[in-house]
Amino acid sequence: MDLLTILQILDSTLRLATPLLFACLAGLFSERSGIFDIGLEGKMLIAAFFSAAFAYTTGNVWLGMLAGIAGSVALAALHGVASVTFRGNQLISGVAINFLAAGFTVLIAQNWFGQGGRTPAVAGPARFEGLNWPGALEKSEDIRNASPLMQAYSELISGHTILTYVALITVPITWYVLFRTRFGLRLRAVGENPGAVDTAGINVTSLRYIAVGIAGLLCGLAGAYLATGLAAGFGKDMTAGRGFIALAALIFAKWRPWYALFACLLFGFLQSLSLRPDAVNNLVRFEVPGQLLDALPYILTVVILAGFVGKAIPPRAGGEPYVKER
Amino acid sequence: MDKMPRWADVFLTPLISLILAFFVSGLVVLYIGENPIEALSILIEGAVGSAYAWGYTLFYATNFIFTGLAVSVAFHARMFNIGGEGQAAMGGLGVALVCLMIPWPHWILALPVAVIFGALFGAAWAAIPAYLQAKRGSHIVITTIMFNFIAAALLVYLVVEVLKAPGQMSPETAAFQEGSNLPKIADFLRTLGLACEGRPLERVCRAPLNIAFIVALVCCWLVWLLIWRTRLGYEIRSFGHSEEAAVYAGISPVKITMIAMLISGGLAGLMAVNAVMGEAERLVLDTVQGAGFIGIAVALMGRSHPVGVFLAALLFGALVQGGAELEFEIPAITRDMIVVIQALVILFTGALDNMVRMPLERMFLARRKVG
Repeated sequence: MDLLTILQILDSTLRLATPLLFACLAGLFSERSGIFDIGLEGKMLIAAFFSAAFAYTTGNVWLGMLAGIAGSVALAALHGVASVTFRGNQLISGVAINFLAAGFTVLIAQNWFGQGGRTPAVAGPARFEGLNWPGALEKSEDIRNASPLMQAYSELISGHTILTYVALITVPITWYVLFRTRFGLRLRAVGENPGAVDTAGINVTSLRYIAVGIAGLLCGLAGAYLATGLAAGFGKDMTAGRGFIALAALIFAKWRPWYALFACLLFGFLQSLSLRPDAVNNLVRFEVPGQLLDALPYILTVVILAGFVGKAIPPRAGGEPYVKER
Repeated sequence: MDKMPRWADVFLTPLISLILAFFVSGLVVLYIGENPIEALSILIEGAVGSAYAWGYTLFYATNFIFTGLAVSVAFHARMFNIGGEGQAAMGGLGVALVCLMIPWPHWILALPVAVIFGALFGAAWAAIPAYLQAKRGSHIVITTIMFNFIAAALLVYLVVEVLKAPGQMSPETAAFQEGSNLPKIADFLRTLGLACEGRPLERVCRAPLNIAFIVALVCCWLVWLLIWRTRLGYEIRSFGHSEEAAVYAGISPVKITMIAMLISGGLAGLMAVNAVMGEAERLVLDTVQGAGFIGIAVALMGRSHPVGVFLAALLFGALVQGGAELEFEIPAITRDMIVVIQALVILFTGALDNMVRMPLERMFLARRKVG
C-alpha cells in the first residue's frame, strides 16, 4: 500500500467521521445533562431530509442547512417534552423519534418529489463544495506526482467541506463550554446530581431543555452534512446506524470531548475501510467478505461496550427524570 | 390506594394514547392532501373487511405476537430488547437450516424441531448482549441494536455466498422440501370439506395464515404461565421492579438477566416459524421486515401482558395489512405511513404515557372526592 492510498483512506476517514463527530458531541451535551439520547439517528435523518429538500428547492445549501437544523431541533424538543416535562422513558422516546423520522422522511419525500422516497440530487450552490486551501493541488495526477508533504496537504488537509472543519472546531468549543464556563459546570452537575443543582436555585428543567436543544442543533449539522456534503441528496434510511455508532463512540470516549474526536476518527476509519475493500484485501492478502467490512464498526462497538477498553461510567443521573418533590 | 380504577389503567390510557396517535397520523394524511376518513375506512376494510383480509391480518399478527412477547418478557425484567429484528432474522437461519438439511416426511415432525431451532438461534443471538449486560454492564439497548446490524450483514453473507441455491440469480435459498411446509388456511378449509373454489374462498386460500398462529397463541399462554404462575416469573418481575430488593431476596441479577433475555430472543426467533417456514418456504433476505421493531409498540400497548400483546398484535397486523391495501388504493400514502403510526403509538403509549395518565388520574381523584 503506497502513501497515496493511505492518505486517501485517511481523507475519507475525516469525511466519514464528520457526521459521527457532530452526532457524538450532540449526545455528549444531552447525556452530560442527564438525558439519554438514542434518537440521534432520527434527528440526523430528518435533518438530512429537510436540508436536501430545502437546498434543492431554494438552490441554497445554507437555507437547506437551516431547515435541517429546524427539523432536528423540533424532534429534540419532542424528546425534551417527553423526557423532561412528562418524565417519560428516555429510551422509548428515542426509539419513537427514530421511527418517526424513518417513516416521515420517506413519506414526505415521496409526497414532495415523487421519486420513490428520495430527494432529487443536489448540485452546485445547493451542495457543500470542498474548500481548497491556498496552494493545494486539485487534479489527481498533480497530486500523484507531488512530494509526500504536498500530497498530505492537498489530499488530507485541504479539500473538505466547511462543515468538516466546523466539526473539528466544535470539539475544543465543546470542551471549553463544558469545562471552563459556569453554564458547563451547571450542565454537568445536572447530569450528576440534579437535586443539588436545584437546591442551589438553578432551574433543572431549563438547563436540560437547553442541552437537548444543543443536541438538536448539532444533529442538524450532522444531517445537513450527510445529505448535502457527503452525499448529494437524501435517500431512505441514509444515516445507516450512524447515530448509534456515535453513541458507541460517546461511551468509548467516556463522555469527554477530546476522546470523542478520536473515537469518531476511529469509527470513520473503519467505515472508510469498507469503502476500499481493494486496499484491505491487498494488505491482509486474502479476500475479506464485504459484509464483514460493513459490519466491522458495529462489531467494534460491541467490543468497546464490552468494556475491553476500560470502564466507562455514565453521568450518574442519566436516564432518570428529575422529580422536584422527591 | 390506586389512583385510578384498574380498567382505566389497562384499557382507557392505551385507548386514549391510540386515539391521539391516530389523530396525529390523520393530520399527516391531511397534509399529504388525502382524506383521512377515507383513508381510515380503506384501511379498516382492507384489514378486516373480508375473510381474505383476515387471512393476512392474522398472519402479520402472528409475527407481532412473537416479537411483542419477546419485548414484553424483557420489559418485565426491566430490560429494553431492541434486538428482536436481529434475533428473528437469526431464528430464520435456524429454521431454514432445519428445513433444508433434513428430508422431513411430515410437517408434524418438522414443526417442533423448527420451533426448537428457531428459538435456539434467536436466543443465541440475544445471549451475547445479555451476557455483556449481566457481567460487564454494557448497555443492552445499544448492544442489541448493534447485533441487528451484525445479523443483517451476516445473513446477507450467508444467503448470498453460502446458502444460495446453485444457478439461482436472486438471493434466496432453495425452496424447502414439501414435508416441511406448514399447513395453511387453505389446507384447513380443505379438511373441512371446502374446496378452494368460488369467489370468496379462492381468495382466502391464497392467504399465508398458517399453523404458526396456533404456536403463537400457545406462546401467549406459556408466557402468562411463566410470568405470573412460576417462581422464575416471580423472580423476573421482582428483578424488574427493584434490582436491590431482588438481590436482597437472594435473586441473582446475572441469572435473571440471562434467562429473561434468552427467553426474549427465543420468542423473537420463533417468528421465523411463521414468516420463513410458514410463508416464504425458503430463506430470503430481510424476512423480518421491521416486525422486531413493531414488537416494541405491541409490548408497550399491550402493557407487557400476553392478552394485551395479542390484542395489540392484532391491531398492528390489521395496520400492516390495511396499510398495504391503502397504498394500493391511494399510492400517495405509502407503507411508510405504517412506520409513522407505529412511531406515534410508541411515542404516546410509551414516552408520553404520563401526558395521558396525569390528567386521567386527576380526574378520577376528583370524582372520588365528590363521591
